[in-house]
Amino acid sequence: MIEKANLEVFANTLLELAKKDKDIVVVTSDSRGSGKLVQFGKELPDQIIEVGIAEQNLVGICAGLSAAGKKVFGVSPSSFLTARSLEQIKNDIAYSDHPVTLVGISAGISYGQLGSTHHSIHDLAVLRTINNIDIVVPADNFETKEVTKIAVDYPKPLFIRFGKKPMLKIHKQNEKFEIGKAIEIIKGKDITFLAIGETVQRAYLASTILKEMNISSSIISMHTLRPFDESFFLKSITNTKALITVEEHSTSGGIGEKCASIILQNQLNILFRIVGIPDEYMINGSQSDVLDYYDMEPNKLALIARKLLNR
Amino acid sequence: MNCNDLQLKSIDYRKIILEIIYNGGAGHTGGSLSCIDILNVLYNNFLDINPDNFESNNRNRYIQSKGHSVEALYTVLCDKKFFKKKDLNTLNKFNSHFIGHPTRKVKGIEHNTGALGHGLSVAVGISLAYKLDKKPFKVYTLLGDGELSEGSVWEALTSANKYKLDNLVIIIDRNKLQITGNTEEVNPIEPLADKFRSFGLIVKEVDGNSIIELDNIFNQIPFESNKPNLIIANTTKGKGVSFIENVVSWHHRVPTEEEYTQAIDELNLQKNKLIN
Repeated sequence: MIEKANLEVFANTLLELAKKDKDIVVVTSDSRGSGKLVQFGKELPDQIIEVGIAEQNLVGICAGLSAAGKKVFGVSPSSFLTARSLEQIKNDIAYSDHPVTLVGISAGISYGQLGSTHHSIHDLAVLRTINNIDIVVPADNFETKEVTKIAVDYPKPLFIRFGKKPMLKIHKQNEKFEIGKAIEIIKGKDITFLAIGETVQRAYLASTILKEMNISSSIISMHTLRPFDESFFLKSITNTKALITVEEHSTSGGIGEKCASIILQNQLNILFRIVGIPDEYMINGSQSDVLDYYDMEPNKLALIARKLLNR
Repeated sequence: MNCNDLQLKSIDYRKIILEIIYNGGAGHTGGSLSCIDILNVLYNNFLDINPDNFESNNRNRYIQSKGHSVEALYTVLCDKKFFKKKDLNTLNKFNSHFIGHPTRKVKGIEHNTGALGHGLSVAVGISLAYKLDKKPFKVYTLLGDGELSEGSVWEALTSANKYKLDNLVIIIDRNKLQITGNTEEVNPIEPLADKFRSFGLIVKEVDGNSIIELDNIFNQIPFESNKPNLIIANTTKGKGVSFIENVVSWHHRVPTEEEYTQAIDELNLQKNKLIN
């Protein structure tokens, strides 16, 4: 079942929470439209700060609001938020330890044909190298809603990112969501797909193709890149023969390389493939065309699984 | 505190700045000496920030955006009893929290700075929060003049203007030198007052090494309601020590034993003059 865009769920959830908590403040950089926050601005004009197209200033102001006791959400396209204002994230949020939630909207290659200036396939990698900021990429509406609720009083700096396309419903109704705890959506015995964010649904679709071929897949939503759920990871991947990681991100420094590092340091012998955006001048196209091209089309993912398993 | 007592304090502060830089083997000597009178007047007569109220959100704030002059800030915070002098003596030693730029690991420090052009946005954020909550407190922030080449400073000014932050007090330590040389040769920033006025701020200029002028100007805040306050504090880099004043190389230089003794002698002489 196709639900809403995660972005919309984030905005609606935050509005409801902010109506009940006047300390919740949103800061935007001419991004209230793309952040679906127009309604928020209409209903709670005193809880939205608009800084114009000035991402560095946005992050600094977020830090200051937080220092004075506000519960702050800085909302800006992930591309600009995590590159233009990286130093502000590093110094004013993470190093200064202000528990701001930074929300990278239209993340990954959401902007499609608008090109590399607008894509963020670097964001997770660069933030991973900065101490004291947790990183969550929700897969669907459920995860988005839960992480938004948790973010309000989360005691640490937090980065959340998502795209703007409507998402498949992949979780059961009563799932439990916790930052730093991976969710096993399906338990299988042949291959594990470990994905982060909105690519979980592509892995999910691949698993339904494989099922018809009698190949059983585990699907793990590793929504939290940091703190990484290492103990779950180590337990779960040994249940199957092979692991494929999937991410809408550069393969350099993303979740695949994180997994590779754990696998090698634990001397695990496992068939393994990283699927993501390779280190090259990225092909132009719509988000789905580009993801399909780089092996994230469900049939291609299924083929990679079959090759790994030799089936 | 009366101005005479503050003048004496400034001399003592300068002696401590030189002592900790000399013993720590590194420090921003020139900039710390240029801004110490500003910190002295703020912390002793206006901020009312102390170890007892520091954790509260209901107080004034001071953000030192020119983080490199941290030795001046440490010296004043030590005097305000945020930590003991023996702790400050660990400056630059292995595993000490007392490093060459402000960090919140040291009690009394509001925000981690060091990379330039950051503090003003943070100060704007705090001022905004106080406005939203209708709190009567003020936010003071100190910027270097070389720092003004950072574009983020000017981004922050547009927000200060938009949100009519008359509780925000921006002080420019206008000592006219940066690490490479004269600010107007490195990257001209004049006409400074006109630039700030065009951004919607109320601008006043003072002798930033004059306790009396500083005390007087801080008493006039807010200069005008609904407008951010900006003070260009014209200072002398290295103020108080003849051979350090206005010498570019003292931006980040440590005195030799001989220089250190001479500097302390000069400052003692100034103190004796003031007392008698």
